[in-house]
Amino acid sequence: MKLLNLIKIASRSLRKNKMRVFLTMLGIIIGVASVISMLAIGEGSRQNIEASVSSLGTNTVMIYPGSVNQGGVRMGAGSYSTLTQKDADVLATRCEYLTEVSPVVMRSSQVIAGSQNWHTMVVGGYNSYISIRSLKIESGNLFSSGDQRNAAKVCVIGQTVSTNLFGEGTDPVGQFIRINSIPFRVIGLLEKKGQNTFGQDQDDIIIAPFSTVQKRMLSGMYVNNILASSRSEGDMENAKEQVTEILRLQHKLGQEDEDDFTVRSQADIANVFGSISKVLTILLASIASISLLVGGIGIMNIMLVSVTERTREIGIRMAVGAKSRDVLFQFMIESVFISFIGGLIGILFGILVSQLVARFGGWPVVITASSVLLSFAFSAIVGIFFGWYPARKAAGLNPIDALRYE
Amino acid sequence: MTTTNNLISVKNLSKVYEMGDFEVHALRDVTLEIQKGSFVAVMGPSGSGKSTFMNILGCLDNPTSGEYYLDGIDVLKLDKNELATLRNNKIGFIFQSFNILPRTSALENVELPLLYNGKINAKERTERASEALRSVGLADRLHYLPSQLSGGQQQRVAIARALVNNPLIIMADEPTGNLDTHASYEIMDIFQQLNGKGITILMVTHEPDIADFALSNILFRDGQIISNETVQNRKLAKEELPKLPSIKMEVTAK
Repeated sequence: MKLLNLIKIASRSLRKNKMRVFLTMLGIIIGVASVISMLAIGEGSRQNIEASVSSLGTNTVMIYPGSVNQGGVRMGAGSYSTLTQKDADVLATRCEYLTEVSPVVMRSSQVIAGSQNWHTMVVGGYNSYISIRSLKIESGNLFSSGDQRNAAKVCVIGQTVSTNLFGEGTDPVGQFIRINSIPFRVIGLLEKKGQNTFGQDQDDIIIAPFSTVQKRMLSGMYVNNILASSRSEGDMENAKEQVTEILRLQHKLGQEDEDDFTVRSQADIANVFGSISKVLTILLASIASISLLVGGIGIMNIMLVSVTERTREIGIRMAVGAKSRDVLFQFMIESVFISFIGGLIGILFGILVSQLVARFGGWPVVITASSVLLSFAFSAIVGIFFGWYPARKAAGLNPIDALRYE
Repeated sequence: MTTTNNLISVKNLSKVYEMGDFEVHALRDVTLEIQKGSFVAVMGPSGSGKSTFMNILGCLDNPTSGEYYLDGIDVLKLDKNELATLRNNKIGFIFQSFNILPRTSALENVELPLLYNGKINAKERTERASEALRSVGLADRLHYLPSQLSGGQQQRVAIARALVNNPLIIMADEPTGNLDTHASYEIMDIFQQLNGKGITILMVTHEPDIADFALSNILFRDGQIISNETVQNRKLAKEELPKLPSIKMEVTAK
């Protein structure tokens, strides 16, 4: 028996039931498409997290104010300001594992330039803040340490701020802006950085010298956090330990006292979000796999019904010389064909859905070859696995019983 | 055991169906020889075992005991696959309810037995199927679907399908049971022509006027052959057809 003939027999039979074939395929199409798009979304966010981690610099150390214990009442992390500019300066001189340290103050403010205004985040830091955060100046200059000492009214601005205040493509360097009615001279424009992992626009920022922001715009001596970079990635753990030691001493904490600050590395945060996205990907993929499984059961269901419905046809085929094996193969080819073509359409559909999510949802998607292969192989296996039983049932029929079937 | 002239030779063939506690004897020790070139009509009332007999001779069913040689082959020693090949190569089936595949063109229906014969390529398959349809007068209906054909035409598609593998014997189970007289006589005409070319025909019928077109009649009763006679006044379909009232012609012509 030539395989070609069996393929011809199966394809003729499929052509006669286009609607049924399509509906059966739909299960597989949806299954494969959802596996591919879910994996693409998961992989996209994972890669996005990785990219933003490395763009922030893998050797960044962040020190946040921590919880304090006031007469037995413990406050939550970040609930209380405990860090000062002095802490940052002490760390800079005493901590040998850190190369650059900058205290950070932030304030969201209304900014005005000419007839335009814009609400944005104003960050005050040393000039080392720029290099710690791996930011780059596109045009103009960064403020100097002299500007820091004099609390000079100068700033560098992000692309989003520039576009909103001065329009697309205009170089803002040399222009004046007013932040809370204080005039600032724009001396530099930051390079475009895009969104970070959490959808935050990293270009919507104004950076001014630390002393300027603290003295002219804020009151008090506390800082929002301290940003530093370690000598290398390998020194990260040592740096964290040393920072803790120095700050405990600086804050005069006793043996029993808890830290009133938190030291984190960029990698710590990335790991947390990386594992969240991993869990999410697994969750999405398993939901998608279930729909693929349901699609497979759909194939079995239809094939079983069709065996019953086509019992007489099977009888005719056997009467004119079809062997059990021929009938088995015919039904197998039919179900494998359905899952195969369904798988192919599902792949195209999944890619389309992923692109739509990327375009209209603004979510990063990455379609990997392995996810395409995986879902396609899975759909083929589903076809073979769920096609086998109905095919066996059809092949096991007795010709005379099948012919007499009403 | 078999002489060269015997196409079919059965000896003490019995078939027992077990229905719960009691047994139904569909066939009781049937012994029969059918020579090449015969045209046998098998007659008998319902439940007489004639259909069971046909199904066993057609290798669709197994007897409970006995011997069966087809063209010198000990059929009862063959396995399922060998039986399928035997049906494919040596036997052509025609059924009362036509049993052609729905939503499948006449040509594709006739091609079916050839698709299960791996030695025939696509070109030869189409040629032989077209030729078989031409020989039953359906040359202009190759791509018609069964739903577009009359009962007589559907039965002729079934005959073409039975012929396409050049069988030694055609087994017809009440081939005219669902047809009017005119269509029935046309089918008998085709049978007599085929028989004239040397093809053996075994036909189950309970219509005596149809049995008169055969060369010999076998009568079954209670699972046994009670008579086996040569037809005395054999009718020829060629001569009988013009005698039919003309209104029948118009009905079938539609």
